[in-house]
Amino acid sequence: MTIPLIQAMLNGNRRALARIISQVENDGPEARALLAELYPRTGQAHIVGITGAPGTGKSTLVNALAQLYRQQETPPKVGIIAVDPTSPFSGGALLGDRVRMQNMAGDRGVFIRSMATRGSLGGLARTTADVAMVLDAAGFSRILVETVGVGQAEVDIANMAHTTIVVEAPGLGDEIQAIKAGVLEIADIFAVNKADRDGVNRTVMALEMMLGSGMQVVSHHGRVMKVDTAAQTPAWRPPIVKTIALRHDGVSDLLQAIEQHRSYLWQAGQWQRREAERLRHVLLHVVQDEIMARFRRHVSEEQFQHVVAELLARRIDPYTAAEQLIDAVPQQR
Amino acid sequence: MERKIRILVAKPGLDGHDRGAKVVARALRDAGFEVIYTGIRQTPEMIAEAALQEDVDVVGLSILSGAHMALVPRIMELLHERGMDDVLVVLGGIIPNEDVKALEKLGVRGVFGPGASTQEIVAFIREELNLSPAPAVAA
Repeated sequence: MTIPLIQAMLNGNRRALARIISQVENDGPEARALLAELYPRTGQAHIVGITGAPGTGKSTLVNALAQLYRQQETPPKVGIIAVDPTSPFSGGALLGDRVRMQNMAGDRGVFIRSMATRGSLGGLARTTADVAMVLDAAGFSRILVETVGVGQAEVDIANMAHTTIVVEAPGLGDEIQAIKAGVLEIADIFAVNKADRDGVNRTVMALEMMLGSGMQVVSHHGRVMKVDTAAQTPAWRPPIVKTIALRHDGVSDLLQAIEQHRSYLWQAGQWQRREAERLRHVLLHVVQDEIMARFRRHVSEEQFQHVVAELLARRIDPYTAAEQLIDAVPQQR
Repeated sequence: MERKIRILVAKPGLDGHDRGAKVVARALRDAGFEVIYTGIRQTPEMIAEAALQEDVDVVGLSILSGAHMALVPRIMELLHERGMDDVLVVLGGIIPNEDVKALEKLGVRGVFGPGASTQEIVAFIREELNLSPAPAVAA
């Protein structure tokens, strides 16, 4: 039997879709049943991550990309998930990405959802991948996921997207920034936005140098892939695309780069591998959360406080204490 | 932990005076709400659509142009069309007293003019949504 809310969503009821997303985001009482029923319908969407430092123009670029997708001959339905940070002090959030995503209100082929990180640190919310699953099941075949403005190490997006775009802007850093580990390594595509600004060529050059050196080993989503002999499929070299998102300049080049990466994934037999990799991460996350939840059910705050006091008094070390606490959790639910 | 409350803050119409909306948005954030801020020059369609997609509990409108008697009825109608009669709608800005009754008849629950404090607005929303008076997490 189909859950009525899902039936409504599949019939094109957008309120039902929004409600399901809320259930999933809040880990509500029906979230699991909903996801269990939706899961077989997923796997159709191409998930594109857009990440980069604050102020590089991610939202504007997402907006321009979505509009361009919708102008294609056979326009795909486009889902957008825009993530902004939750305040660690109040627990509240100001989600402002929609400010740059206007003009699509009348288009029923676009669905935009803002999400707060709610304490997650990797640039996404804990349930962002689940929300993408809902949009996937609802028939959105391109899903653009905009991360929070990231620093150097928030790379969760690479584990949930098929294609990751790292957005840079001129004047944000020198070549040394470009050879540091982290965000730059997860790029399948670089967008150098605000390309009408001074220093754009220096930014492009720094990226090219980074890619040029050591690119015999190709990093794909931060994972080093061996490039073997000529018989092997050619490796993907992240293209660098200059854009001026506000004027929609270069956005069609960016869209083309995304679609090229998509066909590369399919042709090189990478899609399935990438999908398996993605799902592996999803599963790992769920397992971690479940284990933590079980731990919290069985270890009371008092017990926990007691052990903290023992730590404070240096009567026990953190590793031994953790082992003892975990051993106390029954194997069965 | 209490459920996260989502609030859309939008400025319909053509006036660009968004200071008030921004101050309120920030106060709501500091009160622990998730605020979706859409900015100025929103059409009623844009607001209703954003409210639907974001599945908000509250829609906060800021109007200083004097066009509230044209904009608000249209927004209420579009929300109704989308089955969103259960959403709490509050209004701020320059609203003459004589219009407040008519707006309330349309379903607007709270009207906050100049001089209303942000605490007042937060307290009103918490009460309307049946939340405990104190925020879940102290600011």
